[in-house]
Amino acid sequence: MFRRLPDPPAPPIPFTLDGEAVQGAAGDTVAAALLALGRAACRDTAVSGTPRGPYCMMGVCFDCLVVVDGVGNRQGCLVPLRPGMAVQTQRGRRETGR
Amino acid sequence: MGLDGGAPGGDAAPMSGISSFDAAVIGGGVVGASVARGLLGAGLSTCILDEGDVAHRASRGNFALVWVQSKGLGMARYGAWTRASSDLWGAFAAGLRAETGVDVAHQRQGGFSLCLSEEELEKRRASLLRMHNQPGWIPYPWEVLDRAALLPEFPGLGPEVVGGLFCPLDGHVNSLKLFRALHISFAARGGAYLPERPVSAITPLSAGGFRIETPRGAVEAGKVVLAAGIANARLAPMVGLSAPVRPQRGQVLVTEKTAPFLRRPVVTLRQADEGGIMIGDSAEEAGLDERVGLGVLSVLADRAVRMFPAIASLNVVRSWAALRVMSQDGFPIYDASGAPGAFLATCHSGVTLAAAHDALLAPMIARGALDADMAPFGAWRFDVPQVA
Repeated sequence: MFRRLPDPPAPPIPFTLDGEAVQGAAGDTVAAALLALGRAACRDTAVSGTPRGPYCMMGVCFDCLVVVDGVGNRQGCLVPLRPGMAVQTQRGRRETGR
Repeated sequence: MGLDGGAPGGDAAPMSGISSFDAAVIGGGVVGASVARGLLGAGLSTCILDEGDVAHRASRGNFALVWVQSKGLGMARYGAWTRASSDLWGAFAAGLRAETGVDVAHQRQGGFSLCLSEEELEKRRASLLRMHNQPGWIPYPWEVLDRAALLPEFPGLGPEVVGGLFCPLDGHVNSLKLFRALHISFAARGGAYLPERPVSAITPLSAGGFRIETPRGAVEAGKVVLAAGIANARLAPMVGLSAPVRPQRGQVLVTEKTAPFLRRPVVTLRQADEGGIMIGDSAEEAGLDERVGLGVLSVLADRAVRMFPAIASLNVVRSWAALRVMSQDGFPIYDASGAPGAFLATCHSGVTLAAAHDALLAPMIARGALDADMAPFGAWRFDVPQVA
């Protein structure tokens, strides 16, 4: 759905997505990196379990929720991607205390 | 309040003739809609005259408990009335679901009050003892639990919680779904919902019944029921009644939706059916000011985290304030006018009492008089010379 602009390539940032080793680019947010990897959906909704993905990319819609380094319901569009991050799909509701 | 969204000429009342109903309910919140649904169930053609979206709408801000354990100190009849509604709630919810398809998520598996100090626990225990020792009290089970007894229910209980109270009659519901279900049911039963109609005057008609004036035209009705919350104070004198009620602000926080962690509600904290954790139970005298304030919200959040440390990491997604409809003694007012046909219903527990309003109060109104055992709820009790 998305491809990166033909700018001079940014340095790659390695991270894991649901345990799989993948790469984003320096300057990506987590949500941007997922979109660039072709991951349109990053979570299932808390009530109906419908797949959802990043939409507003500016912290408003809460549709880009992911688990980042073990913490649930992080807004992927507001979290800068860092090397070695463990990103997981948010399955439904967050666990209380996690 | 300032913003009047009503467009002149839009959605105008019929120009020819005045709509006429067996009963007109003024106020379309949970209280008004519950009574109106019950009136339709009793066979009366009924309209609801409501304000618009900017009304002070306690029904959209409440905490959604169906709560028994702390209700009635000072008026045994209120304890019995609350208990009766709680007993009716299961059938009420099932009826709404069958009729509207909306599951209001009613649960009645008991509820807790948790205390963060021995003094707090002793105060609550003493208050419940006094309540249950009142003359005319109809007993029901409740118990005081120490910390050890609470742990099986709440494995993540904070270290400061010394004990609490439990009553098996308590429960909760999704009150937004309740509000919606009541209106769907009202429409399905043939009721006429008339919004943007703040009432300016109520005049008795010589042939019986009332003419009710609104900016969008008048309606006539054989019976009129005042269920307009805080506005009842202004409306009641129009039909020779009195409703000394004032707004009392309550503030609520809700967290993001999380996996189930609370099986049963605590009076200050509950997990809604869809997973959000609601934190509330503040009370302030602030007039019609519906703003939230960090002072109260931080106290609510602090107490909640001391009770359940695991929720500290959750994000709060919304906070809001709503205005309880409070009488001088905190109990409901149900009254009927000397000239027949005008009734008053006002309370701060419209969710808990919804089942009683639908199944008990509305049939009384349809019959034309409140039952004799409703006398303790009359506004006569605020008239000192009359009481003395």
